[in-house]
This record gives sequence, structure tokens and C-alpha cells, in this order.
Amino acid sequence: MSNAAAYKQPSALRIYLGQLAQNPMGLLGLVLVVIVVATAIFAPWLAPYDPNQIMLGPRMGSPSAAHWLGTDHLGRDLLSRVIAGGRIAMLVAVATLGAAMTVGLALGLIAGYGPKWLDNILLLVFDAVRSFPVIVFGLAVVTLIGPSLYTVILVVAITSIPIYARIVRTQTMALRNAEFILAEKAMGANTLRILAVHVLPNVLGPLLILASMDVPMVIATEAGLSFLGMGVRPPAPSWGTILNDGYNFIRNSPWPVIAGSVPIILVTLGFTFLGEALRDIFDPKLRRDL
Amino acid sequence: MAIYAIQRLLLSVLIVIIAVTLLNVMLHLVPGDPAVMILGPRATPELIEQTRIAMGLDRPFAVQMMTFFGNLARGDMGTDVFTGRSVTTIVMEALPYTIALITVSILWAAGIGIPLGAYSAIRRNTWIDRITGVLSVGTISIPSFVMALYGVLIFAVWLGWLPAIGAGEGLGDQIIHLILPAFAVGVSWVGYTSRIVRASMLEVMGESHVRMARAFGLTEARITRTYVLRIAVLPAVTLIGAGVAHLFSAAVFVEVIFARPGIGALIVSAVNERNYPIVLGAVLITTAIIVLATLISDLVIAWLDPRQREGL
Repeated sequence: MSNAAAYKQPSALRIYLGQLAQNPMGLLGLVLVVIVVATAIFAPWLAPYDPNQIMLGPRMGSPSAAHWLGTDHLGRDLLSRVIAGGRIAMLVAVATLGAAMTVGLALGLIAGYGPKWLDNILLLVFDAVRSFPVIVFGLAVVTLIGPSLYTVILVVAITSIPIYARIVRTQTMALRNAEFILAEKAMGANTLRILAVHVLPNVLGPLLILASMDVPMVIATEAGLSFLGMGVRPPAPSWGTILNDGYNFIRNSPWPVIAGSVPIILVTLGFTFLGEALRDIFDPKLRRDL
Repeated sequence: MAIYAIQRLLLSVLIVIIAVTLLNVMLHLVPGDPAVMILGPRATPELIEQTRIAMGLDRPFAVQMMTFFGNLARGDMGTDVFTGRSVTTIVMEALPYTIALITVSILWAAGIGIPLGAYSAIRRNTWIDRITGVLSVGTISIPSFVMALYGVLIFAVWLGWLPAIGAGEGLGDQIIHLILPAFAVGVSWVGYTSRIVRASMLEVMGESHVRMARAFGLTEARITRTYVLRIAVLPAVTLIGAGVAHLFSAAVFVEVIFARPGIGALIVSAVNERNYPIVLGAVLITTAIIVLATLISDLVIAWLDPRQREGL
């Protein structure tokens, strides 16, 4: 039975999945992430009620058969609001990280491959932006353009760009004198081709891993700004607005606070465990200095 | 060391200037008139014009920036739109509360986190090490305002052991009022510091100078204290220096949740009443403090590890 199939190399995906399966925390993270993402995608079909519908039943009700997580101070079903909130959180995460990675990639390539003076200027600007605390910077932007979902996306994107740009810059600098790049240059490739065909694929991997580890930060910032009333506007059911409503009535009932915070805890743990496992598998040397 | 310190100091000043300029450029780029934003939609044109002149908005942007930095050099950050009080005074009144909160949080967190990390590294792969590892990842990723809410829920509402509102009167009362807020701000830093100390301890323990010390027959305890821990805490110092920005963000939530006075509470209330001079002043001061903290942590590292002084 020595046919060729027996000697076939297992596919790369299989090896990675095998490594992930041996990492219990990573696996737990994957399960949590899949549950949260699936819930976010299928939110309108999963939620038992309209998240903004005000019920005639009990207000601040404890969990019951009709309302699994109880009801809030207006009598809205908390489970439906939590599910709808997950959709908002995921939307913000995807939009923010997409924007931050794109701009960070461009600026990082410019800083790493461009002239030295431009690199120095960009580094100074990165350091300046990084010295704003995210939330404080977010509040300053809210004063300027008012609170909304887009403000949250803008704030988190701007404050994350320097992190990605720095990673890309470091990787690009390491690559720019690599032999295969020099060879490509000698063959007459222009800068654009070198960056797009040779540098980009090499910096994309670490960037994606960092992004997956950043999801908790983005979700926490969105929930945090919304908690302060400076993010997603009520009645939209962000986890942060659910927590804010619950905090105002914390002495009447603990359920809204618990319902709003447990998803945040699960989703941050899930993405952190998964991100760490991915990093250990693909790029053990990748460390992040915050 | 002195030259290094001066270079770093100049760079820090430059970073603060750039950060403040960025904020002002943003204020300028945003569509809409800051005077209208402050006064609201019902203000009369005359009032808007008056406010514009009072805020110097009628002059060119470059002139506004020059005046702003000129005033800043004299410690003048403008006046509160509503009460006419000096922004510097208002910010400086709030600052000590936030500084106390952040200092206490980071001290207790590092005080537990560093020994915990060192212990995990020495006894690595034991069950204590594993539990510490999982717990630190857990505490790192849970946001501070969730911690604060559970603190209120468990210790103030259910058990009734600790106060949940205000900063307290008198020293003893103030300390009691600090316990829950400092717990909420600091708890994720126990995880951060223990993880980073564990990782760098493991790295340093493999270095040749440690093997040398062992070959000379020094005791394990002496090696750990004198040759490993001194280098292994360096990344933790960097982390804490870089993390002051995160601590300020956490302080905003904690001050709002526990109704404590402080910079965070000040900014939130100023944002609500669109009091832009106060927001700008408070952001400026926090940014300056963060840059200063990074500077100090760089200098501490240069002092602990002379190798770091060479490359700027």
C-alpha cells in the first residue's frame, strides 16, 4: 500500500489546525470567537424580540423564561439588546481595524522605504499621536464632531495607526537590504513593484496577527465611549449603552450590568486567547510593546 | 548619561509641541465654528462675533498658534467659557486626585505583579505558573470599566463593605475611598507586569553571565536577586512608562463610575457642556504627563542598564 498519497505532505492548514488543537486556551478562544462572530452575523434572526421594543411586562425584571437575561429600566429585552450590541461591536472592530491597517501599512512602507528625513518626521508624528490616551483623545474628538458610531471608528483608527505603521516600518527596513530585494532591484524593478510584490506579502502576516490581538482593545474602546454617552447614540444597543443604563440602576437590579459585561469579557478573552495562539504558531518572535 | 538625558528631554518637548499642534490643527480643520459649538445653535450673531474675538478666532491660524504657545509658556491655557476662571487653575485642582489614583494603582499592581512574575519564572511549568499565566491574560484583556462596575456591584451594593461614591474627607477616609478605584485601574497591570517579568526572567536566566555566576558557586537566591531580576525588570519599567497613557484612559472611567473628582471626570463634564478650552487644557496636561513618564522610564532604564544609553 505504498502509493503516493501515503507520502503526501499534510497541507499547511492541517498543520496549523493541529497545532491550534494542542493549545487548549487557543481552542477555547477560537470557539468563543466563532460564537460571537456567528451571533453578530445572524443577530436579526437570533434575537427573540426587537432590541428597542418597549415591553408591557416587568421593568428591571430578573431572568425568566420569556426574557432569558431579564429586562432593562424601560422593559426592553436584554438578550435581544446584547445580541444586537454584538453586531455593533463587530462592525466597529472590522471597520476600525481595516482602516487602521490600510493607512498604517501605507505610512509604514513610506517610513521604512522612503528617505530618512521623511522617516524621522513620521516617527515623531507617530510618537505624538501615541502619547494621547485613547479615551481622552476620543473625548476631545467628540467635542469637535459630536458623538456617533463614526466618531468611535475615527478615534480608534487614528490612535491605532502608529502601532501598525511602526511594525510595518521595522519589517520593511529589515527587508530593504535583503538579498532577494537587491537582486530584484538589479533586474530593474521599480519601487512600487518591490513594495507591492515583495515587501507587502512579508509584512502582512504579522500585521494580521496584531490586528486580531487588537480586537479586544477596539471593542473595549467602543463600549467605553458608549458607556460614557460619547459613542453609539441611544437607543442603539451597544454593550456600552446597556452598561450605562444598568449602571444608573445598579442598586435596583444587577442584571443589566451583568448582561452587558459578560459578552465584553467573553469576546475580549476569546480574541486574546486566539490571537496569542496564532502568534505562537505563526510568528513566535513577534512581540508587542503595548 | 547627562547628554543622553538632555537629548531625550528635547525630544520629549518636541513630541508635546507636535501633539498640541495636531490637536489645534484638528480643531481648525473641523467644519463649523468653535464659537458656535460652544454657544449652541440659539446664539445671536453678535454674541458669536464677540466670542470669536475673545477666543482670537478672527485672526489667522498661524497667529493663533503663536499666541497659544506664547501663553502656554507663561502657564496660561485660556479661560473657562462659562465661569471665566483660569483653565490652568481648574486642571491643577483636579490633577492631584488622578495622580494619586494612578500612583496607588501602579504601585500595588507592580508590587504584586513583579514578584509573581519572578516566582512563575523560577517555578516555571508548575501549576502555580500555569494559573498565573491564564489569570494574567484574563485580567489584561478585561476592560477597567467592567472591573470597576463589578467592584461597585460586589463590594458596595451587595456586601456594602466599601464606599462607591466620591473621594472622601480626611486621610483615612480618602484611603478607604481609593481602594475600589485603585483595584479597578491596577488589576490588569498585575497581569501585564507579571507576564513581562516572567518572560524576561526566563531570557536573562539563559544568559552567559548568569551561567558564570552559577559556575562560581553563588547561591540561586543571590543570582536571582543580583544578576537576574535587575535586568529582568527593565521591560516592566518600559511597560509601565508606556502604559501611563492607558492608566489615564482607565482613570477616566473609574472617576466617572465612582464619582471621584479628577482629570477624567473634568474632561467628561467639559465635553458634555462643550467647554472646549477645558478639554484642550486637560488633554494637553495629560499628554505632557504621559511624555514625561515615558522620559522618566527611559532614564531609569539607562541608569539600570548602561548598554541602553548608546543608541538614541
